[in-house]
Amino acid sequence: MRDVTLRMAWRNLWRHWRRTWLTVGAMIFSNGLLIFAMSLQFGSYDMMIDNSLQAYSGHLQLQHPRYLDEPKMRYAVDDITATGARLRRELGLESISARAAGFALASSEERSYGLQIIGVDPAREPLVSTLPGLVKQGRYLEPGVAGEIVIGAVLARNLKVKTGDELTFIGSGFDDSFAAGIVRVVGIFESGIADLDRALAQVDLAYFQEVFAMQERGHSLTVRAQHIDDVESLQAKIATLLDNNESTLLRHWDELQPGLRQAIQADMASNSFMYIVLIVLVAFSVLNTQLMSVLERTREFGTMMALGLQPGRLARLVMLETALMTALGLVLGIVVGLIINLYLSRVGFSYPGMDEVALKFNLPERIYPAISVASMTLGPAAVAVGSLLAALYPALRLYLLTPIEAMRAV
Amino acid sequence: MSSIRCRQLCKTFKQGDEIITGLDHIDLDIDEGEFVCLSGPSGSGKTTLLNAIGGLDTPDSGEIHMGDIRVDQLERGPLADMRLHHIGFVFQAYNLIPVLTAQENVEFVMEVQGMAASERAQKARDILKEVGLEGMEDRRPAQLSGGQQQRVAVARAIVSHPDLVLADEPTANLDSVSAGHLMGLFQELNQHHKITFVISTHDKRVMRYARRLIKMQDGKIIGDEAQ
Repeated sequence: MRDVTLRMAWRNLWRHWRRTWLTVGAMIFSNGLLIFAMSLQFGSYDMMIDNSLQAYSGHLQLQHPRYLDEPKMRYAVDDITATGARLRRELGLESISARAAGFALASSEERSYGLQIIGVDPAREPLVSTLPGLVKQGRYLEPGVAGEIVIGAVLARNLKVKTGDELTFIGSGFDDSFAAGIVRVVGIFESGIADLDRALAQVDLAYFQEVFAMQERGHSLTVRAQHIDDVESLQAKIATLLDNNESTLLRHWDELQPGLRQAIQADMASNSFMYIVLIVLVAFSVLNTQLMSVLERTREFGTMMALGLQPGRLARLVMLETALMTALGLVLGIVVGLIINLYLSRVGFSYPGMDEVALKFNLPERIYPAISVASMTLGPAAVAVGSLLAALYPALRLYLLTPIEAMRAV
Repeated sequence: MSSIRCRQLCKTFKQGDEIITGLDHIDLDIDEGEFVCLSGPSGSGKTTLLNAIGGLDTPDSGEIHMGDIRVDQLERGPLADMRLHHIGFVFQAYNLIPVLTAQENVEFVMEVQGMAASERAQKARDILKEVGLEGMEDRRPAQLSGGQQQRVAVARAIVSHPDLVLADEPTANLDSVSAGHLMGLFQELNQHHKITFVISTHDKRVMRYARRLIKMQDGKIIGDEAQ
C-alpha cells in the first residue's frame, strides 16, 4: 500500500475496533443470512417450478399455434407420434411424450361430471409427468391396453367410483362426430393440485385417437428437460429441428403456466420486503459508525482542511473507509454464506411437517439451496450499496465544515 | 508571491451578547524571507491575524494580499489550493494525524499535491533527517515526545517548500530546550530555504529569535521593530 490515504482509511477503521467489528459483524450476519435465504428461496422456486411442471405440463409443449388460447379439438398437431419419435431420436432425449385432449361428460352409476380426458402414451408419460407416480389407489395405465382410465381423487369422490368401477363418457370427436366409450377405472391419483384432481382423467393415446376420431393427430408433445436451466437451449434446438414449421408452435412453461411465474414474483416481492428491512438496519449501523467517526475526528478534519485538503477529498476518505469496511463485511459474509450453502446443498434443509407434505404431494422431503452467482451476490451487493449510501450523510457533512471551526471542536 | 500586505483589516467575534474585537484596522507589510514574531497577551489578535493571512478565517473588512493574490476574496477551493501549495502551518498542539507515522504525516500533504510515491517518500525521509528525526520515520505521533511531534509538524509544513510558514504558538507545549531547538530550526530553514516565517507567541525566549517583532494588543499593532 503506497497510498497514504488508503493506509489512513484502513487504520482509521481500527481506531475503535469494537465499533468497527460490530458493524462489520452486522454486515457479515446480514450478508450470510441474505445469501442463505436467497439461495434457499431460489432452490425452493426451482423445486416449485420443477414439481409444478413435472406434475403435468412439462417444460415445453409443441402445440398447434392456436391451441393454448382456444383448446379446441380441431387445433391439433398432425403425425404427433412420429414427430415425437423423431425428436426423441434427434435430441437423444427420451422424456418427450405425445398427448391428445378432449372434454367429455363422464357418468358413473350414480352421477355425471364434466372432465378433461387426456390420451397419453403410458410408457412415456412417467418420463414427463409425476402424475403416474401419484396414483394412490390401483395402478397407472398399461401401454397398449384400451378401455382403461385413471382419474383424480376428487373426481372419483364426486362420481362415487373406486378402482374397478366402470365409467361411460360422451364427447365430440375431431370431426365433430359423437365420441363415446366405456372405460374401467384402474387408478385414482392425488396430485394435490385441485384442478387436476377434480377434472382430469387419462386414457391410452391410441384408444383416445380411435374414440375421438383423431387418426394420427394429437394436441401436444410434452417435453421435460433434464434440468430447468436447460429449457432455453432445448427450446432453441427443437425450434431448429422443426425448421419454422408454421403449423406448430413450441410453448415455454412460462406460457403454459403463467400463474407459476406470477406466484414466484409475488413471493419474491414479499421476501424482498424482509430483505430491505435487514439492509436498512445494516445501513443504519453504518450510518451510526461513520457519523460517530466523523464527529470524533472533526478537529482532525479541520487540520487537514487547514493544510489544504478540500471537503471533497475528506468526503472521499470517509467513503473509502466505508468501502473498506463494506468490502470486509462483503467478503467474510460471502464466505459464511457459502459455507452454510455448501453444507445445506449436501444435507438439504427441512422444517417440521415438511416430510408429511412431501409424501402427500410427491415432493422432495428437503429443499436444497440453489447456489448461483445471483444468490451469492445480490444480497451482499445490496448491503454494500445500502452501506455506501448510508455513509453519504456523514461524508457530505464535511462540506459544512470550516477549518477554524473544525479545529476548535472538542 | 510571499510578500504579505494587509490593509485596514478588521475582524470581530460575537460572544453571547458581547462583540469582541479580534483585529482593529490592521495595516501590515511583510516582505519575502522575513522572520517575524507576533507578540502580545492572549486575546491580542495574534492568532486571528495568522488565521486571516493563512485564509483560514475571513476578515469582516479590509484587504489581504499575498503577492498578486487577493486572499480575502478567494473562493473556498482556490483558498484551499493556496494553502496546499504556498503556505505551511505549524500549530500549538502539533495537530498530527494520529494513525499515520511521522513519515506518512509528512508524505500525506505531498500525496494530496499529486506527487509520485517514490519522490515524496524520498523527500519525506530527507526533511525528517533535516529536522533531526532520522530513525524515527516509522513512529506514530503517540510514540514521539512533544518536541519530536512539533518537528514532524514543521517537516510537514516545509516539505513542499512553501512561500510562507505560519506558526501559532509553536513552543507553547514544549520545554525550554525543545523550544530552543525548534526556533533554531526555524531560523535555519528561514535562512537556507528563504521561507517567510510569521510566528505568534507570548514566549519571550521565542521573541529573541525574531528579526522583526510586532507587538499586538486589543486587535491593534502597538509596536513594530526590527531586532
